[in-house]
Amino acid sequence: MSGFDKVVNSYEEALAGLEDNMTVIAGGFGLCGIPENLIQQIKVMGTKGLTIVSNNCGVDGFGLGILLEDRQIRKMVSSYVGENALFEQQLLAGELEVELTPQGTLAEKMRAGGAGIPAFYTATGFGTPVAEGKEVREFNGRNYILEESITGDFAIVKGWKADRYGNVIYRDTAQNFNPLAATAGKITIVEVEEIVEPGELEPTQIHTPGIYVNRLIKGTFEKRIEQRTVRQA
Amino acid sequence: MALTREQMAMRVARELQDGYYVNLGIGIPTLVANYVPEGMEVMLQSENGLLGMGPFPTEDEIDADMINAGKQTVTAATGASIFSSAESFAMIRGGHVDLTVLGAFEVDTQGNIASWMIPGKLIKGMGGAMDLVAGADNIIVTMTHASKHGESKLLSTCSLPLTGAGCIKKVLTDLAYLEIENGAFILKERAPGVSVEEIVEKTEGELVVPDSVPEMTF
Repeated sequence: MSGFDKVVNSYEEALAGLEDNMTVIAGGFGLCGIPENLIQQIKVMGTKGLTIVSNNCGVDGFGLGILLEDRQIRKMVSSYVGENALFEQQLLAGELEVELTPQGTLAEKMRAGGAGIPAFYTATGFGTPVAEGKEVREFNGRNYILEESITGDFAIVKGWKADRYGNVIYRDTAQNFNPLAATAGKITIVEVEEIVEPGELEPTQIHTPGIYVNRLIKGTFEKRIEQRTVRQA
Repeated sequence: MALTREQMAMRVARELQDGYYVNLGIGIPTLVANYVPEGMEVMLQSENGLLGMGPFPTEDEIDADMINAGKQTVTAATGASIFSSAESFAMIRGGHVDLTVLGAFEVDTQGNIASWMIPGKLIKGMGGAMDLVAGADNIIVTMTHASKHGESKLLSTCSLPLTGAGCIKKVLTDLAYLEIENGAFILKERAPGVSVEEIVEKTEGELVVPDSVPEMTF
């Protein structure tokens, strides 16, 4: 085994070390580009008290929504939630905490977290409930709030293709938060549709360089569609 | 007559310019894409990471990896680019998008907008709305002028929690097109057959009515 070979052969191995009360950053937007098998493995493991950082929380019965079934999530950090009845129920019952975060701020929190930048100023959210308790500073006559970055104990990511060294390419809009999540995990796990040998991917086309990736696994994906919209041919 | 949803979209489309990069919110703003003038090139930005959104796919073209910010299946237009959420919001927050169109619950004379949260009702989140209103210079808010119960949505001070402070300058309602200047709404145009009196009556915030307020034509 090469020192750069990131491939693991089972989902148990992929998520080894995940423990109760950890923070997990997940890629995906809606149900698009979600690490569906890694989520399924977290369900199988039964890990509890998790803080999940993800733009959304899946739907009833699919994606992160399945982690609500056994109350594995303590807190969600998201920009938009509540596409699922179970989520609403647990939120209203006070069993689930939600930190609503503007989508661009959430993306930047992951990006900055992965880049070693602990906090940043942004105009987004100034004068709104999001700004409560946060430092405000004026630059060039405009007010900005200080937002702290996010890192996770684990990051779970869905890619399209990767080489064994963990260089990852995403497909179409399934990219979304995935490359950001990949940088922000102490342990980053990427599941992909295809694993190829080093040298087969064009270096200039890599979205996530292998340095960010600790474990890589090939999966099969359902890729459920949330809003099926078509036009007549 | 109050404008229909389609007429509101048609009126917003008149603000488009050739070569504009545009972000359209969910609802009436989405309809604006149907009224891009013939021969004009406009690129639609979808904040999940797509610049150059095309039409919905045919049954054969459907691809779970190609969606828009409303989570609908879409296609990419010719010349599109696809990127991460951080890149997408760099465009938005960095002020690179030429026109943003989005809906709201309330707007006030200070340019504040409330569009994401009604206390007591389930709060689903702000999505990208706070980034869009904070990042864009040129924003058009589309909404009905008053609620079903007749309460004005154009206020002196928003009553709901804000999405953004001091960032709105243009509002298109089903009754009028208004701009916000120096702490007042300026009535610029009215819907066909809608009287200035009706607009005055349904506008709670300070309203400046110029000598002549042209009717929109369709």
